[in-house]
Amino acid sequence: MTPQQKATLQKLGPFIALVIVSVGLAVLSPDFLTMGNLLNVMRQVSINALIAFGMTLVILLGGIDLSVGSILALSSVTIATLIQSGLDPLLATLLGVLAGAAMGFANGLVISKGKVAPFIATLASMTILRGLSLVVSGGSPITGFNSDLFSLLGGGYVAGLIPVPVVWMLVMFGLFAFLLKKTVFGRHVYATGGNEEAARLSGVKVDRIKVWVYTLSGAMSAMAGVILTSRLNSAQPTAGTGYELDAIAAVVLGGTSLTGGRGWIFGTLMGALLIGVLNNGLNLLGVSSFYQQVIKGVVILLAVLIDRSGKK
Amino acid sequence: MTVSMRGICKAFGPVKVLESVDFAVAAGEIHALMGENGAGKSTLMKILSGVYKADAGEIVIDGRPAQIRSTRDAESHGIAIIHQELNLIPQLTVMENLFLGREPSRFGLIDHARMRREAETQLKALGAGGIDPAAEAGSLSIGQQQMVEIAKALAMRARVLIMDEPTAALTDREIEVLFGLMRQLQAQGVAIVYVSHRMEEIFRICDKISVLRDGCFVGERRIADTGFDEVVHLMVGREIGDRFPRRESRPGEVKLSVRGLADHGHVRDISFDVRAGEVLGVAGLMGAGRSEILKTLFGVNPRAAGEVMLDGQPLTVRHPGDAIAAGIAFVTEDRKGQGLVLGMSVRENTTLVHLGKHARAGMVNAASERAAVDGLIKQLRIRTRDAELDVKSLSGGNQQKVVFAKWLAEPPRVLLLDEPTRGVDVGGKAEIYHIINQLAAAGVAIVMVSSELPEVMAMSDRILVIHEGRQTGLFDAAGATQETIMAAATGGDAQAA
Repeated sequence: MTPQQKATLQKLGPFIALVIVSVGLAVLSPDFLTMGNLLNVMRQVSINALIAFGMTLVILLGGIDLSVGSILALSSVTIATLIQSGLDPLLATLLGVLAGAAMGFANGLVISKGKVAPFIATLASMTILRGLSLVVSGGSPITGFNSDLFSLLGGGYVAGLIPVPVVWMLVMFGLFAFLLKKTVFGRHVYATGGNEEAARLSGVKVDRIKVWVYTLSGAMSAMAGVILTSRLNSAQPTAGTGYELDAIAAVVLGGTSLTGGRGWIFGTLMGALLIGVLNNGLNLLGVSSFYQQVIKGVVILLAVLIDRSGKK
Repeated sequence: MTVSMRGICKAFGPVKVLESVDFAVAAGEIHALMGENGAGKSTLMKILSGVYKADAGEIVIDGRPAQIRSTRDAESHGIAIIHQELNLIPQLTVMENLFLGREPSRFGLIDHARMRREAETQLKALGAGGIDPAAEAGSLSIGQQQMVEIAKALAMRARVLIMDEPTAALTDREIEVLFGLMRQLQAQGVAIVYVSHRMEEIFRICDKISVLRDGCFVGERRIADTGFDEVVHLMVGREIGDRFPRRESRPGEVKLSVRGLADHGHVRDISFDVRAGEVLGVAGLMGAGRSEILKTLFGVNPRAAGEVMLDGQPLTVRHPGDAIAAGIAFVTEDRKGQGLVLGMSVRENTTLVHLGKHARAGMVNAASERAAVDGLIKQLRIRTRDAELDVKSLSGGNQQKVVFAKWLAEPPRVLLLDEPTRGVDVGGKAEIYHIINQLAAAGVAIVMVSSELPEVMAMSDRILVIHEGRQTGLFDAAGATQETIMAAATGGDAQAA
């Protein structure tokens, strides 16, 4: 095998893993390989995938965003409050996503201009924003929006078959893949993550790139919040707790390096699907949710170990 | 003690790095190991010090075959290596570093008093008694850190000491101290393997020289019996002609004019002009502030005072982007740290600075980018099988050419060069000199910082000398001698031409 072929195989690793797990589940459970179930899995995955797309950019920079779950919650309760105050639901949704972007923007400013380590900066904003969503909502869920249009965003179907969140996920996947592969911005993300000093000395506006990336991550979290709120017809101030870890797991499973500079969005989609398929399959097989966690952890560890040994 | 390596072979995947190499070093000998980048010097030394395992061949120590499978095996045979990147832990103290892994202890507790005493004795024996054993290793100068590494090696009773480019980051004074120490160790019967590109130093300090080329052993010579030309010939396998290619210098109008430049704390009162087609060399000791002048001009460090004019227009540079927009290019000193994104391909590195040229509405036109990269690869004769390969897979000289390519993608008006040939082998150096000459001939104004005096003297039209942040001389290269430049660089009589 030439090094190039090996590198390609390495890149396709997450895809191969997804196929193997899917085939295994299809054999074990007759219910797995049905159109209804597969679309169901995709819908469940969409929220994590959207967050993980933003997280991929953050991790490509060598950073981390722990605040995604809190941004999701605060955007969600913001939208709910706005709708209940009588604002047009679509306008409220747009404002909610912008609010999420603004929260990410603040993260980016603290990290780039304030030179605070991303882990610390987003750990702080995770706590602050979680607190704010409790403040805004008064600590209890905001329920009932009486808007058919808003409930379509997370609960509707395109052509009576494909769940709307799945469409969101695929569109965003295409957009992010394009952004990373075809644009100057994408190239600058890789360069900054690969060697920040060299990028800066080559005229890359490193701080601006960082601010943009965290802003995007915030917007994606808010978008995930829209879907969740719409589906549940309810905004929960405690929603999204622990979502940062699922998103990071999807990114890492997809082969993106935590030290930055290396990775791709297709891998992240595969990683998110792998987690979703595992969840679904283990449910179908009647595995207890306690064991499900154990199995998921082991799979993540195995995937990274295999990836590591392939790189040597 | 003699160590000989016989018929050593090593391959990484399909790539043969060493093919049946012989190498021997004896007690009391300083033995230079030379070769172009990628010739296999480092791999050979890593095999001797147990970092890699040879695929074939044997290592014989004092007539007996020795098995070296790990660095621990190598240490037990008295073989120690001092890497170019020093391996001290900067947060630990000097003595903690010295005794790392074999701390003197009493009842399971570290015996600090004894550790300190022994550290002092060991450092004093090396003539480095000035180093405080309780100081943090990171607070020492590079030269002092190297002394500590040597002390550490000797404390483990090293009889063979491998030094990889030990003088690369040392000041001239520190080099003198190091050479004194090497002679002292030689007298005590230590065998030293000296890996370096610096020909002058090798002819000064070494007894013997072995040369590798493309993974093969091509010859061993006694220093007394050989000369510069023969060694270069052995290394590159061809005549490279003049070491410094000749150039016709026809300076034009003043391009860059600097008056009273100062930054915050490194340099001040720097004034010079550079004309189109002129190379201004900047000489000085390590740490004198040469690089800081370039960094301030390029907007990496903020300017505290002074005026800069480019083509007669005042120039304000707040960050590198401004400098690039004004047509200034900056080949930085530290290729791996500041010049290249090692995980990116040759193509991506080459277009990093001027990617915007190949983009419309933020979208990169792959065909246009690819064509530009192919053109630069050809123009600068960058040797790579494929522009999509990671830039880290290239040899040092070719990596440096990629750094040049990235800046030449759009012809600059002013080119700032910081140690443009550091870590580049002889053949690669000649090619880089050729590129510099071509650029000068095309009317680029060039400012070149270099620690290699012969390089500064041969390549420059005029030479600016810096001492402790101030300029102490501005000479015509034609009239300058190494002595006058060194005098100015060490703070001797200042004379401006």
